[in-house]
Amino acid sequence: MSLILFIEQILNGLQFGVMLFLMAAGLTLVFGVMGLINLAHGSLYMVGAFACAAVAAATGSFWLGLVASLAAAAAAGVVVEVTVIRRLYRRDHLDQVLATFALILVFSEGVRWLFGSFPLYLDPPAMLSGAVELPGGILYPAYRLAIIVAGLIVAALLFLLIGRTRLGVRIRAGESDREMIAALGVDIDRLYTMVFALGAALAGFAGAMVGAIQSVQVGMGEPVLILAFVVIVIGGVGSIKGALLGALLVGLTDTLGRFLLPLAFEAVTDPASAKAMGAALASMAIYVLMAAVLVFRPTGLFGARA
Amino acid sequence: MSREGWINLAVLALLAGVPLAAHAAGEPFLVTLATKVAILGLAGVGLNLALGLGGLVSFGHAAFFGLGGYATGVLASHALNYEPLMTEPFALEGTTQMLIIWPVAIVLSGLAALAIGALSLRTSGIFFIMITLAFAQMIYYFAISWPAYGGEDGLSIYVRSEFPGLDTLSPLPFFGLVFALLLLALGLSHILSRSRFGLALQAARQNEARVRAVGIGPYRVRLVAFVISGMITGLAGALFADLNRFVSPAMLDWHTSGQLIVLVILGGVGRLFGPVAGAGLYILLEHNLGHFTEFWQLPFGLLLLAVVLFAPGGLIGVLAGRKRHG
Repeated sequence: MSLILFIEQILNGLQFGVMLFLMAAGLTLVFGVMGLINLAHGSLYMVGAFACAAVAAATGSFWLGLVASLAAAAAAGVVVEVTVIRRLYRRDHLDQVLATFALILVFSEGVRWLFGSFPLYLDPPAMLSGAVELPGGILYPAYRLAIIVAGLIVAALLFLLIGRTRLGVRIRAGESDREMIAALGVDIDRLYTMVFALGAALAGFAGAMVGAIQSVQVGMGEPVLILAFVVIVIGGVGSIKGALLGALLVGLTDTLGRFLLPLAFEAVTDPASAKAMGAALASMAIYVLMAAVLVFRPTGLFGARA
Repeated sequence: MSREGWINLAVLALLAGVPLAAHAAGEPFLVTLATKVAILGLAGVGLNLALGLGGLVSFGHAAFFGLGGYATGVLASHALNYEPLMTEPFALEGTTQMLIIWPVAIVLSGLAALAIGALSLRTSGIFFIMITLAFAQMIYYFAISWPAYGGEDGLSIYVRSEFPGLDTLSPLPFFGLVFALLLLALGLSHILSRSRFGLALQAARQNEARVRAVGIGPYRVRLVAFVISGMITGLAGALFADLNRFVSPAMLDWHTSGQLIVLVILGGVGRLFGPVAGAGLYILLEHNLGHFTEFWQLPFGLLLLAVVLFAPGGLIGVLAGRKRHG
């Protein structure tokens, strides 16, 4: 095993983790502020990817596509919040799960109806194609590096937004006491719609970025959604900091597990079965991590409440 | 008899009557469809114990459904190849006998439910939903990446498992078998809901603090309910694999978990016959909307939304009126 390969895998894990964070941040915000479990978050990720692919194909510009993905996902978020989600805040979790599960069906079938079942392809922008040489002679795809950087910038902006702006103050106030901020004259309905749209835009952004390295297809948001749930459970529901730490942990565990476990098994058995056993166990690694966190901290690493 | 009682009787009569009439009319496909309703209903009865009585929103029951399915598939494939499942510490042969497969499926899914439940029940609310979902996904990914039993492609079961004295390959006897198991599960569920255990379980859902105050630990009650629930769903999975003569990771997929919740809710959560009515409605919709449009899940999703937002009691709730308590 060469060191260069290992560092590449760490970068891949970081890239995966950063994208997971964008998904998990929206989910955890929506839960923290509105107390809503939103399964349709993965659909917003898919909407972002499709909007980006469609606009990029029509105009030839990835950057216009990226803007379109933010706009489309945020718009879809606002429509869904105003028509459906708003009625669910006072309902129990079971109703929320069902209604948002129904939304997944509607979104997936709607997108399939519009774009067909075949995957779309989205090329990364020309200026980010090829590889960059990192210190130590490591060649790494420029686009993946850009994802890591973009994700970290968005994460920093999000922390600034939550911690330093008026909107952020309201969001945090909404988390701790919604009756009180309503009594202080904050328009709760508008605040909720904005938070939901913010989460949706983050998911759409992640979908567009990842769409350029994977194919853009119906159902692409679902595996990511479930991983984002794992991230939230590890980090603690409602905590952005927890989401960041959880996302990086999950991203690195998954990527390094897939890389290292087959190698580890090669030391004890023949290569073919080592590969099979390693792959099977690596696919379970993040869930084992989640179970381990739960045993010691049932509310997650940064979670205050159950 | 109450209005709900009459409705339950009608649901049962319909489920038994349709395949008999279809058999007489020479429509074996309808018998198979009714068998599917009965099996999904059985899985729903299992889920309803946790979901309806216990208020435990498990989003991971596909794990037990799929494990039951794989119990059938794996045992049958070993029986076909005359390859023992294991030789040490004791010899274990494959089999195609339902009377052996069923207990294996029940024990296997019960053990899985014990492990998943023991960890997940330490939490509650939204955590519980996500954790049960995540554990089911773990088993799903394991099934996909473990190549020994077909991996992603699944496992075909060449001959449907056997039951002494019955020709399980013809649709009607197989339906009869499934129907009898469904009745047994409904009976068990009824007895459980009236028992001390069931009352404690429902009380823990309604007011956990009071249950603790009278000296009952909700954790153990819930864990037992979760295990029984997983066992029934696992048995349904074993039957489902036999119905399709095929088992694949799709049975473990989270859509299956969602589907099971959906049919419990469609029928009426916490109602004894809710899952059966829901399964019937679900299959009916899937079958008929599928005729209209290839994209049947779109209207189905909208309908489901409408049920959640405007008719929370489900089909039996709409027909029988509000529950008196619960």
